[in-house]
Amino acid sequence: MRRHFNLYSQYFIGVLFGFGLIISGMSNPQKILNFLDVTGNWDPSLIFAMGGAVIVGLGGFYLASKQTKGFFGSALHIPGRRDISRPLVMGSLIFGAGWGVAGFCPGPAIVSLGAGNMKALVFVLAMLAGMAICNRFFTGQK
Amino acid sequence: MQIDWLAFTPVPALLGGIMLGIAATLYILLHGRILGISGIISGLLSPKSGDVNLRLILALGILSAPFWAALLFDIHTKSVIDADWPAIVIAGLLVGFGANYGSGCTSGHGICGLSRLSPRSLVATLTFMGAGFLMVFVIRHVLGL
Repeated sequence: MRRHFNLYSQYFIGVLFGFGLIISGMSNPQKILNFLDVTGNWDPSLIFAMGGAVIVGLGGFYLASKQTKGFFGSALHIPGRRDISRPLVMGSLIFGAGWGVAGFCPGPAIVSLGAGNMKALVFVLAMLAGMAICNRFFTGQK
Repeated sequence: MQIDWLAFTPVPALLGGIMLGIAATLYILLHGRILGISGIISGLLSPKSGDVNLRLILALGILSAPFWAALLFDIHTKSVIDADWPAIVIAGLLVGFGANYGSGCTSGHGICGLSRLSPRSLVATLTFMGAGFLMVFVIRHVLGL
């Protein structure tokens, strides 16, 4: 029973996350690019989306810091690293560059794929390839 | 700096953002994990982890969100992609590789990392935002594409 509820909960959280992206407009790459275009005709909406998420998240992660387990019994997986490593910075630079090329990051790309966008399909396949390349050749260096 | 007042949608952005925050909160409290989409997707590529089903179901939830939004609320997902096909492929490769190498993306570092006041995630978020600003500046204002 709990096992099933666990699966439903995963699905529900996925849908809720997708709704958040759709309603905030962040599933639209054009809106992302207009946010990243600070020297052009700027659309600051992303700041409000990120702000809303972080305001709620601050409370959520504070509560989580008082727990030792998730509700479904799994251990709490909270990253403990604090070092600013080279891969962290290099990876984020590469990620940000790719984000600026098409206006897509992983979540919105999956939502756009679900909306039937063929370019999103190609983006997701290329993204999986990029992840596979990193997993294959650079794991252990992170 | 010039704000595009016609495109600027602070209220829906804030509401959607709150939903993103609720999703991240539920995920850590119920499932004990960081709601980082790149990490969840990347885990699908290494099936040895044993939690592939759970990852897949979460991804299916995100994938089916446009369907439910249209069915339940008559909200139609807007997704306008200006980049051409070669740019899409390059962008996908960079995003996939970079998110994995940098241990996170806009959700894992941006939303969850900032929410838990992680110094690594703050650096990552500032770095990818900066790289994104620079890339769009070069594409739109230097190359004029």
